[in-house]
Amino acid sequence: MSTAIKRFPKNESRLYMAYMYVAFISLFIGATMGLVQTLERAGAITMPSFISYYQVLTVHGIILALVMTTFFIFGFMLSSQSKTTGGYNNTERNLSWLSFVVMLAGVIMASVMVFLNEATVLFTFYAPLQAHVIFYIGMALVIVGSWINGFVIFKRHARFRKENPGERTPLLSYMAVITMLMWQIASIGVAVTVVGQMIPWALGWVDSIDVLLSRTLFWYFGHPLVYFWLLPAYMMWYAVMPKIIGGKIFSDSLARFTFVLLLLFSIPVGFHHQLTEPGIPEFWKYIQVVLTMVVVVPSMMTAFSMFATFESRGRELGAKGMFGWLKKMPWKDARFLAPFVGMVFFIPGGAGGIINASNQMNQVVHNTIWVTGHFHLTVATVVILTFFGITYWLIPHLTGRAFTPVMNRLAIVQTVLWTVGMTIMSTAMHWQGLLGGPRRSAYSDYLGNADTAAWGSYQVAQAVGGSILFVGMIVMIIIFINLAFFAPKGETEYPLGEVHSLEAPAPKVFENWPLWIGLTLALVLFAYTIPLIDIIQSKPPGAQGFKLW
Amino acid sequence: MNMHKYEKWWMLFGSGTLLIFLIVVGVSAFYMGSTPPYCATTLDPENVREHDSFQELGLKQLDDNEYSLTILASAFDYDVGNPEKVIEIPKGASVSIYATTTDVIHGFEIAGTNANMMLEPGYVSTNRYTFKNAGEYTLLCNEYCGVGHHLMAATIKVVE
Repeated sequence: MSTAIKRFPKNESRLYMAYMYVAFISLFIGATMGLVQTLERAGAITMPSFISYYQVLTVHGIILALVMTTFFIFGFMLSSQSKTTGGYNNTERNLSWLSFVVMLAGVIMASVMVFLNEATVLFTFYAPLQAHVIFYIGMALVIVGSWINGFVIFKRHARFRKENPGERTPLLSYMAVITMLMWQIASIGVAVTVVGQMIPWALGWVDSIDVLLSRTLFWYFGHPLVYFWLLPAYMMWYAVMPKIIGGKIFSDSLARFTFVLLLLFSIPVGFHHQLTEPGIPEFWKYIQVVLTMVVVVPSMMTAFSMFATFESRGRELGAKGMFGWLKKMPWKDARFLAPFVGMVFFIPGGAGGIINASNQMNQVVHNTIWVTGHFHLTVATVVILTFFGITYWLIPHLTGRAFTPVMNRLAIVQTVLWTVGMTIMSTAMHWQGLLGGPRRSAYSDYLGNADTAAWGSYQVAQAVGGSILFVGMIVMIIIFINLAFFAPKGETEYPLGEVHSLEAPAPKVFENWPLWIGLTLALVLFAYTIPLIDIIQSKPPGAQGFKLW
Repeated sequence: MNMHKYEKWWMLFGSGTLLIFLIVVGVSAFYMGSTPPYCATTLDPENVREHDSFQELGLKQLDDNEYSLTILASAFDYDVGNPEKVIEIPKGASVSIYATTTDVIHGFEIAGTNANMMLEPGYVSTNRYTFKNAGEYTLLCNEYCGVGHHLMAATIKVVE
């Protein structure tokens, strides 16, 4: 790409590294909490009096699902847009710093409340459990802060189009715009419930809260949230992975088309998290289930594109037969191996997701630890291993250091530990979930009945998997610290996939933003207007707040 | 935008199986009557016991093999109508479950069965379940509700 900049100016590298420090500190805290949870559930340890299981669980959820992911994503996404569009100007860079500061302030406010046991409400903070108002203000700041970065990304993309008329926009910048469009449109839902419902209620300005409305607004945001984790991983797969294996991007236009479909069909789907709830008519649940399943189409396109990229490259290198290309892949390169394992885990992860969202089938697994097993495959393996894969070149590129063969070997060990640990833990979680074991629960004998007593061995298996994952996390932190501070000085490439020279330019319609935003909003209105009117019109008396921890 | 011939086949296969799958799910839900739980009845969460449906708690025979089971959840307890927290249900009985909560959101899950739903303040949740196998089942809370969440449980004995 002609506009790509070779090295970031120092002030820009510092910005991306700031995001990365927060991400990896969060990884350390969050994964440590995870180990504590698996050990507690296995009955191996008892929580001391000053901290409860649910406090630990709240930290784990917030610090990993919200903080670690969001900060890593911005560090990567901003760097990739700047890299491919020719850099940010001062305004854009300063705005991103502002975004960083606002989000970090929000994170600190929310974390302090959690540590003071004023907000043990888990990362979904469902009303009418009522946390301290500072917790909600912190959450609102994280969302508002993230919007500033969204506008930076929109602005930079628009500036590129203005300065390079008629030229194909960089794929990574295009994908970042789609990701942030989805994020901004979806996070309005959570902002409305936090600012409009929860803050006035926590301050005592209103006595009660409409619980179903709040949950519906939360889940309008909650599913796009998981795609917000996934899309940056897709960015890496589509636009970076080809370069790492020495091939070309399979199709620039198809990659853009995939992202457009993900934008359209990621938001009007929140009811599939609310399938077992009263007050939402069956018909509208089913409509949103159908809309949810459309995501199978871009997922299958992605699977095809990825394996086509691998196979074409393998054949270029002389592979023969149906699977000969497999032997030609750079297995000893951790930058390839970690994201590749992530991709493989998307097969069981995606299949489990289809089960969860399948209307009545949800009753089999709803709120069981099966669901926990599911998202530890998707976000905590597919996405995280891809992010680890990015770390191996992004951090040394930013710090002007080298990813040494020793670190590469350690990164391969890391990938193996993560794969083994997660396979054990997630399989045990899925299995126990099918037997009815609940998620989000501390160790319990329940009533001593045979059905619940049979879960013990699965919980021990989860603790074994959790311990292996903890070791994997420590190895990852060692690699990060090495790449940030100690690795020898050197040039590390920012791998950017290239488009086949023969490929026709992407159809103009892909840059028709009013069209895509309009279609997205139209789908949201179709899926939500009638049920939302129904929820508001037939609402019961509101619920007062409870602090039950 | 060109699509490879194989990719067209692949997408056709994917979309086709998806369509069949959604039709099966839809027919099973709406024609064969296994839609997920839904109930439009609302009540005042602070005065649940005044509502007609929650005057009497526990199992009640309605017809030959038809029963209703009414349960009231609160932190951290299921009120099933008796202090032992045991419900005896005859094997093969078709049971309509009615439940709600007096405080926060709770789960309602009879472990190992499809009787699984959310209880939300102000709403009655219903589900219909036929107990085909004898044995002891545990009713437990599967949505975080506070510090005693994992202690919320009751026993369901399905007897011959």
